Amino acid sequence: MSGATLAQKIIARAAGREAAVPGEVVTADVDLAMIHDSGGPRRVEPILRQLGVGLWDTSKVVLISDHFVPGDTDEGARILRMTRDWALERGVEFHDGEGICHVVLPERGHLKPGMLVVGGDSHSPTGGAFGAYMFGVGATEMAGVLATGEIWLKVPETIMIEWRGLLGPGVLAKDIMLALCGRLGMDGGGYQAVEYVGEAITALSMQERMTLSNMAAELGAQAGLIAPDTKTYAFLRAAGAHMTEETSLRTDPGAALGAHHVFDASALAPQVAAPHSPANAMAVCEAPRTSLDLAYIGACTGAKYDDLKNAAAILKGRALASGMTLLVAPASRQDQARAAQDGIMGVFEDAGARLLPNACGICAGYGTDRLAAGSRCISSTARNFKGRMGDPSAEVWLASPFTVAASAVAGEIVDPRDYLTEREIA
Amino acid sequence: MGRVFLLGDDVDTDQLAPGQHMRSGIEAIAAHCLEAVRPDFAAGVCQGDVIVAGRNFGAGSSREQAAEALKHLGIAGVVAQSFAGIFYRNAINLGLPVLVAQTIDGIADGDHCVLDVDAAALTVGGSEIALEPIPDNLRRLLDDGGLVSHLKQRFAETRR
Ligand code: SF4
Repeated sequence: MSGATLAQKIIARAAGREAAVPGEVVTADVDLAMIHDSGGPRRVEPILRQLGVGLWDTSKVVLISDHFVPGDTDEGARILRMTRDWALERGVEFHDGEGICHVVLPERGHLKPGMLVVGGDSHSPTGGAFGAYMFGVGATEMAGVLATGEIWLKVPETIMIEWRGLLGPGVLAKDIMLALCGRLGMDGGGYQAVEYVGEAITALSMQERMTLSNMAAELGAQAGLIAPDTKTYAFLRAAGAHMTEETSLRTDPGAALGAHHVFDASALAPQVAAPHSPANAMAVCEAPRTSLDLAYIGACTGAKYDDLKNAAAILKGRALASGMTLLVAPASRQDQARAAQDGIMGVFEDAGARLLPNACGICAGYGTDRLAAGSRCISSTARNFKGRMGDPSAEVWLASPFTVAASAVAGEIVDPRDYLTEREIA
Repeated sequence: MGRVFLLGDDVDTDQLAPGQHMRSGIEAIAAHCLEAVRPDFAAGVCQGDVIVAGRNFGAGSSREQAAEALKHLGIAGVVAQSFAGIFYRNAINLGLPVLVAQTIDGIADGDHCVLDVDAAALTVGGSEIALEPIPDNLRRLLDDGGLVSHLKQRFAETRR
């Protein structure tokens, strides 16, 4: 036996097996199910009714409202009301308007390493940053999980993505992911499990790691794992999770891999992805000169506390370019409160940013805040598909919080490192 | 007999089920299906038509209205070189056949075609293109009419 990958170990345990062999179809017990206001109650309740069953285990279901918050359309408000009523009726733990599901779930201590978790959202791989095998499903499949507590999986191969060395100043997890999307393509993950390893990954904060796992979705992977370490356990304990540290939750040295990619973190430059795909990534210095109307700091990928802090580091004491609009939608109420305490929210205010609710906002494009026809936006979000954030003629460039902030100051896409160096010199 | 709607790589769920209409029912979502890339689609599609696409069809969101809209419009199935994982599961769960083709070379937009899910074949203009058969566990789901009917049967059996 040559050993097993982290993904295989978690799946084998959840499926009640000695081992899980890649390619094999297994049925696993679900440790936790996360649903939100869009794919959640309004879609699953009619199915549960049809089946004539309740939830398999109320204590293992967490509901979070984010997509339709703040209920700025009649239908959105109605969906939120229905979501609230359902939470009460079904007695499910509900985080209402407290932030984006992928950020709120670990922040409230719901995740633990080794768990098998199903989320009703495509960015559910975010949970992999905490060593949980978490993946996204649609509403019908989620209804099946809520009714039975089980889900089928094809045991994935593990695509090991190793980043040796350390990221240079001005380079963030987001740059890693855009570079990977460009290099491997949006189907490079082949619905297998991606696992991030290497010195650069170990050095990242938990929220930066979340950005890596989150955007495993953009690689088309089922999950995006990072083996738990002392940082993971410290973060989760602070969030109120109780658990013992398991040293075996890692990929064994001899385990067979689907692929092993090695990159040099120190050589990575800040990236942008041109419209309309994250795979259109390039180094900022290679991007064509692009003037901008709008900068968006938002989403589970790009508006967590660390993201806000990074954006503010550049914005501090600087003004936005004339005509530029900056929108900031902090990913959770808790992250916003922390940012306010540390003076970060004040920096956004001084810069003249417009503050949006702790929700998906323009990233989902489900409400009234949308990009106007012909507008050109630089955004810290994960996806720049045509028409996603507004009119199909709008252009969205994806970048890190550093790059979004520096570009908001410059009025065009710029390398944030020039702005950081200025600061260091001053 | 249906017609081919030929699409490229990475057709995403925001194109299939635009976010702006996600607060509405499937009728409204389907009416705007693919409008950003193929404005003639929703109005022009007929029962039995087949989508033929390149790689990574259904990339992006987990919103199953992406698959539901196609079913609602009468699409007989989607043939693509590969599918995004969540979309693929959603389609099977909702009873929309999705089949992988090694190549889609030589298939043109508007070609007359017949999709035979049982035989895993797409007949286009007299020639037959072999498709990868749907795996057994998923075939059972599809034959039951999707996940909900499958679970209904399962619960009915355990109640008996
Ligand atoms: S912020 Fe964007 S990517 Fe994240 S869950 Fe919301 S819609 Fe999805």
